[in-house]
Amino acid sequence: MNKKSLVSIDDLSTDEMVSILDLAEEFEKQPSQTLLEGKVIATLFFEPSTRTRLSFESAISRLGGKIVGFTDASSSSVTKGETLNDTIRTVTNYCDMIVMRHPIEGSARLASEIADVPVINAGDGANQHPTQTMLDLYSIRKTQGSLDKLNLFLVGDLKYGRTVHSLLMAMSRWNTTFNFISPEELRIPVEYKLYLDKLGLRYYEHSDFTEIIKEADIIYMTRVQKERFSDPMEYEKVKNVYVLRNHMLRETKENMKILHPLPRVNEIHTDVDMNEKSYYFQQALNGVYTRQAIITRLLNLK
Amino acid sequence: MKEPKQLSVSAIENGTVIDHIPASGLFKVIQILGLDKINNQITFGTNLESKKLGRKAIIKLAGIFFEDDDINRIALVAPDAKLNIIRGYEVVEKSVVRVPDEIIGIARCVNPKCITNFESVTTRFKVVSKKNVALKCHYCEKITDQEHMVIL
Ligand SMILES: [Zn+2]
Repeated sequence: MNKKSLVSIDDLSTDEMVSILDLAEEFEKQPSQTLLEGKVIATLFFEPSTRTRLSFESAISRLGGKIVGFTDASSSSVTKGETLNDTIRTVTNYCDMIVMRHPIEGSARLASEIADVPVINAGDGANQHPTQTMLDLYSIRKTQGSLDKLNLFLVGDLKYGRTVHSLLMAMSRWNTTFNFISPEELRIPVEYKLYLDKLGLRYYEHSDFTEIIKEADIIYMTRVQKERFSDPMEYEKVKNVYVLRNHMLRETKENMKILHPLPRVNEIHTDVDMNEKSYYFQQALNGVYTRQAIITRLLNLK
Repeated sequence: MKEPKQLSVSAIENGTVIDHIPASGLFKVIQILGLDKINNQITFGTNLESKKLGRKAIIKLAGIFFEDDDINRIALVAPDAKLNIIRGYEVVEKSVVRVPDEIIGIARCVNPKCITNFESVTTRFKVVSKKNVALKCHYCEKITDQEHMVIL
């Protein structure tokens, strides 16, 4: 395939993932390079996502690339009823790559089939957000030295959490042990458990932070949202169970790090921020290096 | 060679008999194969008794022979369908319908938030289970199972 896009984390082979992580390491050592000089990258945000957009734009800017695009659909022709097909057909003429975020699932796959240039999916509804998964992998590898045989704790909304599902799928390539910690209503969907069964990987389900927290290498926190509960009383009962506080980290492993896709609301108490085991802000910075690696790789510049 | 079970619908000289269609799927089969748009002589029978399906339907198509890829398209609605190829009033060949590995443009994606339900895109699925047919959408990656399947 001449034109390569990144739509779903499953589009990458394990070798390709590792190679992108290695490249991201190079960018961490030297983030400012002129690889994208003379290139124009379109950032099409059909729904606002300031964090993701800034991370991409920072990655592009540090490589000397120029950016065109829009930051939400209301400032674009989409509000006038233009189809995705027409928007992509037009924009593909103006740029060397498209980074897009769209609330509708599968929109990025469709765009990648329409565009003449590579498309990076920066989130398509509840479906995929592969650059988030890559930066998660980067953060895990960086803090643990390797992706092999880790004990990964996934905490919070494991039912709807897109980042959690993609991370699970990616980490299942490295002999990971999974601990799922969630309220009853937001448990990890059975299809993922079947998948892990098929691979012969170990996983455990818990409804609160148990003694087992001592065994974690990575604790990946997500937000438990009230809207996800059919019964608001159920939410009230569990809302404080999935909040991480500093005192809970006392007996955790030396190498343990806490990750979170951000934005955080209250699921990680601010008293954790000063603990050297908190890693979510560095994790966000790693997103810039990872995206630099993905952009230059898809454009065959690295 | 006589097929006593087919006697309830008149015989054809040359063509194809599609048997063991669930009665409820008859009109979908007609639609998928575009039988409402051709001029050949076609005989339908429906609500016939069947030990296996309860009520089955049968279609006799005079002068029509299908390619495998074309006939396999009906597998989603008639997974147990059997074909008899008729020449000179005789069954010269029998075959069964097989669920293909990929389904293009027949079913609708069950996910209301899928792009295929917003834009005019031909749907495309990978068949992830053939027994109880389950389709994985090429676009939104969600699974559509038999129970929720809607034929376009
Ligand atoms: Zn779909």
